[in-house]
Amino acid sequence: MHVVVVTKNTPDTEAAVTVDAAGNVSWGDKLVVNPWDEYAITEAVLLKGAHNVQATILAVGPEEHQESLKHGLAIGCDQAIRIWHDSLAGYDSLVYANAVAAAIRKLGDVDLVIFGKELADIASDAHIYQTARKLGWTMLGFVARIEAVDFGGKTIRVTRLVEQGTQIVSSRLPAVISVVKDINEPKYPTFIGIRKAAKAEIPVWGPAELGLDAANLTPRTRVVGYQNLPKREGTVQIIEGATAQEKAATLVEKLLQEKVI
Amino acid sequence: MSVFVWVEQFEGTPISASWEALGLARQFADQLGSTVTALMFGQNVDSVVQSAFHYGADAVIKADDRSLQYYRFSPYVALLAKIVQEHNPAIVLAAATTSGRELLAGAAADLNAGILTDVTDLSLENGKLKAVRPVLGGKVLSVEVMAGDGPQFATLRNRAFKALEPDTSRTGTVTTLTSTATENDADTQIEGFQKTTGKVSLSDATIIVSGGRGVGGPEGFGPVRELAEVLGAAVGASRAAVDAGWIPYEHQVGQTGKVVSPDLYIACGISGAIQHQAGMRTAKVIVAINKDPEAPIFKLAQYGIIGDVFEVLPALTQAFRQRLG
Repeated sequence: MHVVVVTKNTPDTEAAVTVDAAGNVSWGDKLVVNPWDEYAITEAVLLKGAHNVQATILAVGPEEHQESLKHGLAIGCDQAIRIWHDSLAGYDSLVYANAVAAAIRKLGDVDLVIFGKELADIASDAHIYQTARKLGWTMLGFVARIEAVDFGGKTIRVTRLVEQGTQIVSSRLPAVISVVKDINEPKYPTFIGIRKAAKAEIPVWGPAELGLDAANLTPRTRVVGYQNLPKREGTVQIIEGATAQEKAATLVEKLLQEKVI
Repeated sequence: MSVFVWVEQFEGTPISASWEALGLARQFADQLGSTVTALMFGQNVDSVVQSAFHYGADAVIKADDRSLQYYRFSPYVALLAKIVQEHNPAIVLAAATTSGRELLAGAAADLNAGILTDVTDLSLENGKLKAVRPVLGGKVLSVEVMAGDGPQFATLRNRAFKALEPDTSRTGTVTTLTSTATENDADTQIEGFQKTTGKVSLSDATIIVSGGRGVGGPEGFGPVRELAEVLGAAVGASRAAVDAGWIPYEHQVGQTGKVVSPDLYIACGISGAIQHQAGMRTAKVIVAINKDPEAPIFKLAQYGIIGDVFEVLPALTQAFRQRLG
């Protein structure tokens, strides 16, 4: 029995991002574990602690994504596998899903796959649902809490956070879930964990190991360039007044004139 | 080669962003010399069918069944993929809600088709979709295009597109699917739903009043809520306030919370970290209330009040109550 968490590195959320005249983007070199995945990795390790399951961490990407895998190992994942080959460069959500689903099939006895809610760099989550579909498993997205999981009986019960409220859903395993921030307090690596992770051998699986053909590796969407955000016009108008009441009255007047209320 | 829109509804009430998707679909259909078909899955969705015509649909395909009452991934995805395979539309659109994102990505995977997620601009050039999407924490925009053939899927960010003015004289044809049973119909069971009724949802809100570290504690959200109530606004929060446990995560606006785009965003005691800005910088008008005149939020705002939120907020609530009362 096996829990798999899928991650990659993304640019530091504090980084300043710039776009040059040719439409190329840069953010400095600092990469971090995709912020949403900290919760996913922690949840996999918590499940491992509470149940008789193995926790495996997968990342899709070139060498620099090794760091997110080491982070997972340092926290307590049992093994790490990196999925990459030059033929994956320029992947879209579908290629990503094909690769991850193939890796999960290769691992064999996987019951639960955990993703962070979305990837912060590409601001997308399509690959998560597409992985579920490529595996033919059910998908429970936006999970705020795992209420119960029975790896032997192959069932799971979760609370999902959706627009209309919170939903309790039960489902069969195997399943794919995506998790939101509510689910746990992220764990941080210990010194011993970091040392152990540094020594770990991390295999790299490419299309040959995963049995992916050219059709599985052909992206259906393509990034053609980047643009800066449109500048917000004008400068702030500070509302003056002798008292809070006076300032409030002036602001209300201005907002009514702007017809935003 | 019709343009398809999945019109989302919850317990018979349509999601307003679905009308925005219909508006854009109308534009694409006119460009292609084609028609707009609204897809509706649920139970007792007839009232929504008429509205879909008013908002721009020429035809409706509906699957009305008890098993479809609430969105569930596997049955909904299988149903959408089946319909798309049979009708081969040029484009399939939906609002980028939690369900819309899952459903369209899932069906696109089944059909090995391309999908553009959570786009804020979408155009059609030589029959191919071209999208603009905020990426990297909302700090830049990426331009993405469809590379392959076949149906093109896209989900649209709430409030990024305009719905048409409803025209109640419009009508159209309705096709009812009789056999809606699909694979894995029973693989998930919804056991309970705790609805956040009476509260305005952040993603749909035209006005949002948000509190940050400067409100000082859970009780500091009292005045924030009072102002929100007078304005019919949703209540937001910065990550600092959520992490401190002052307000639940569902209220968080920012890079690791919700991305919102209201007409008016009132930031109370929020310094305006870059991660928070990523979630609200597309608001039409931003008002900042903060004690610290150096707070970065003032660089983004049109209007600022420098002062204590506990004095300014009650005064604002009072002033709005008088003017709007």
